[in-house]
Amino acid sequence: MKLELRQVTKRFGTLVANDRIDLVVEPGEIHALLGENGAGKSTLMNVLYGLYQAEEGTILLDGVEQNFKGPGDAMAAGIGMVHQHFMLIPVFTVAENVVLGNEPTKKLGVLDLDAARKKVRALSDRFGFDVDPDALVSDLPVGAQQRVEIIKSLIRDAKILVLDEPTAVLTPQETDELMQIMRDLAAAGTSIIFITHKLREVQAVSDKITVIRQGKVVGQAKPTSTAGELATMMVGREVDLKVNKSVAKQGGNLVLRVEDIHVEDDRKQLAVDGVSFNVQAGEVLAIAGVQGNGQTELAEALLGLRHVVKGRGAIALNDVYVDNQSVRQRLEAGIGYVPEDRKKDGLVGEFDIAENLMLNGSYGKPFAKGVAIDFASRDRIANQLIKAFDVRTPSASTQAQKLSGGNQQKVVVARELSREVKLLIVSQPTRGVDVGSIEFIHERIVAERDEGKAVLLISTELDEVLALADRIAVMYRGKIVGIVDANVSRETLGKMMAGVAA
Amino acid sequence: MSKSKVKVEKLENDSTSSQVLREILTGSPVRTILSIFVGFAVGAIFMVVFNPEVLKSFGYFFSRPGDTFGAMGKTIGDGYGALFRGAIFNTQADTFEIAIRPITETLRFAAPLILAGLGVGLGFRVGLFNIGAVGQMAFSLIGVTYVATQIQLPFVIHTIVAVIVAVIFAAAYGAIVGFLKARTGAHEVIVTIMLNYVALNLFSFFLRTPGLLLEKDGGGTPKADPALETAVLPNLFTDQYRLNWGLIIAIGATFFYWWLMERSTIGYRFRMVGFNANAARAAGIRVERTFVWAMAASAAFAGLAGANQGLTAVGGVTPSIHANIGFDAITVALLGGSRAGGIFAAGLLFGAFKAGGPAMQVVGVAPEILHVVQALIVMFIAAPPLIRALFRLPQPPKRKPISEWIAARLGKGSASTEQKASN
Repeated sequence: MKLELRQVTKRFGTLVANDRIDLVVEPGEIHALLGENGAGKSTLMNVLYGLYQAEEGTILLDGVEQNFKGPGDAMAAGIGMVHQHFMLIPVFTVAENVVLGNEPTKKLGVLDLDAARKKVRALSDRFGFDVDPDALVSDLPVGAQQRVEIIKSLIRDAKILVLDEPTAVLTPQETDELMQIMRDLAAAGTSIIFITHKLREVQAVSDKITVIRQGKVVGQAKPTSTAGELATMMVGREVDLKVNKSVAKQGGNLVLRVEDIHVEDDRKQLAVDGVSFNVQAGEVLAIAGVQGNGQTELAEALLGLRHVVKGRGAIALNDVYVDNQSVRQRLEAGIGYVPEDRKKDGLVGEFDIAENLMLNGSYGKPFAKGVAIDFASRDRIANQLIKAFDVRTPSASTQAQKLSGGNQQKVVVARELSREVKLLIVSQPTRGVDVGSIEFIHERIVAERDEGKAVLLISTELDEVLALADRIAVMYRGKIVGIVDANVSRETLGKMMAGVAA
Repeated sequence: MSKSKVKVEKLENDSTSSQVLREILTGSPVRTILSIFVGFAVGAIFMVVFNPEVLKSFGYFFSRPGDTFGAMGKTIGDGYGALFRGAIFNTQADTFEIAIRPITETLRFAAPLILAGLGVGLGFRVGLFNIGAVGQMAFSLIGVTYVATQIQLPFVIHTIVAVIVAVIFAAAYGAIVGFLKARTGAHEVIVTIMLNYVALNLFSFFLRTPGLLLEKDGGGTPKADPALETAVLPNLFTDQYRLNWGLIIAIGATFFYWWLMERSTIGYRFRMVGFNANAARAAGIRVERTFVWAMAASAAFAGLAGANQGLTAVGGVTPSIHANIGFDAITVALLGGSRAGGIFAAGLLFGAFKAGGPAMQVVGVAPEILHVVQALIVMFIAAPPLIRALFRLPQPPKRKPISEWIAARLGKGSASTEQKASN
């Protein structure tokens, strides 16, 4: 089916999220929609999927104008969408999930699960999905859950499949498998719209690339374009994808020593299972790995948000065991912490920027005099940091939740780097951050390292790990598979991320 | 991977109630004013529907519809007119002194509402539903009544000691709630409601028992002696007005609340925990300990309300002295958006309702209508976000329909102010 969007405009109040966008997707084409976070990709797809109504413009399928009132209409017309966050019910089986909302029934409305199973199996065999219709979704790995989502669309006869940031949660190997599936689907005539901000994937799989910036189509590109060209289109200026950094100085003090620690997650399952490593002053140690392999719990245990299982391991900061110290004591002992989820752990959305910059500094100077907030000093510091960290905001009294993801992250980074820290724990520092800010944040992290601070970087983005790390530890199922030098190949790392020791 | 998914869902569930609070508290002033207006409008409908004159005129509505509308207008005019005369300025009074008496009554009624409202509001700001102001007041009244009736102290000092005892009693009682929440994870709503029963019954037991608080020569009715003259909160003006120093305490407490919540680091941390306990924890704040302190502080304000009641009771304290102020305080705090100024204004409004109720009864309008109006006002304020959160509906667009409606009618200038207000 051929999809055409003509002059689609979507406004939210005064904000123009999509500005006269034209897009043509031919049958059987993999069309990448490339743009930074907040460029308007998801809005456009939500218009296509009937979740939003466009103010202007038309949607045509095979030349026929469509008028979608809701996702139901879009699905009926043959559009399927796989959201970034899966819309699956964990306690249902694959077959039950797939037919939910569209259940085949026998007489008297009795659910016909056999028919559902058959359909799932047929699709699974045809495209090599390798999904058991009777498996519980909660038991499936993420990659398989994603394939269930795809089956869900295909079973409704989707001719156009929208994949919204599908690789964010996948290992490199799973990503490769997904790309193969995309190619097979395309070969069978399904058009695929592939939303992403990862340049490498765009180059690998797409037939055509449309780049969106600030709600406008800024141009088309071919998959043969270099990453630099694509990034420049995406950001609107030259971007330096390489982080310039010198070789780390060797022989710095051991700032952090982690000795065989065990940490449980919220369900009392062992999430960190005997992890040991050291971080020296003046180096970046990266913890790589697919999301959900214990990195979150590790970071929280280091800060003291989560207890290390008693008697099973210890954490030393500058040769002092901190296991019995509170979060505040550890922060004051020199840990800087950039949490992986800034909205949950790093910021108070309702607080303004100045208030957020004193979040862990409310107990004394320079933010407080006794029990009174020192407003003058606070505002002066806020304005300095806003300038130094290039936070784009109308003022220091703007609520943090009104900022873009990149600027929110700069607020968190500014707060943590402006404190006197010896160890910096940065978790997913550039998740959901625009390319321009990524560059900036990376430079600041390297600068901290060069000043002799120990940096522990936890990231699921291989590019980021390779760009910043001096040494790389790979975590898999709560254990460290191995610690390798930063010049290791991407393939080796990929294998390690799947649990194969180097 | 499914692990971390489960975790995220759980956290969202946990924060539903505080999210509701947050939405209620960030409501725009425009919405508040509209809610008050709509509350009064619905109250007017009630008056009309239950008025015998109006009902009679409905019988011949089609022959003389004017009568019906006339009767409706008269009923509403009479009712709210009486409220005005009873709560603000008595236009029918002979002398100015008598004419301004209603406003002093409004202030007198408002003082404890404001005090308890500040307590409940403080809880809200920390993300705690303190439904226990009633119990905290009752518990503080045990201490106040004891000090005021059984201990001999000089003027002024006696009052001050009684007030301090009230604050300590209430704070301790509130801290129990915070402690149970922090230690066991017990939800403060359930704990406070149950502790209300405990405190109310304990209070009435004390009042009933000879040798504890029961009046000398007392019989079967639970009642304490009148507070000693040295302990009573003195009247502000001549004895013609019953307005007393409770108002001054309420004004002082309002300023203190403002300083505590907006200017001090303690309030800053309270608010941080209320908005985002996760971020507070990561910033090194002991969230559980904060709950204990916040509950104690919240209850301390309720204790001031208890002192106000105990030290102004004419003829001695009875079990009903709490006058449901602890429950009304919830509506006061909600209407006032848990802000110092807002709570003060909301306390004045509901104080006016209390003062004006009897006057309405005189003209044949049931004063119960005022309670309906009071409930409706808060419901209109609280319901939209409540309903949205309960049904997990998406956030409304930034520009709310009401603001657009106003903007369309009042031109661009007000549209921008409205947007600022909703920010």
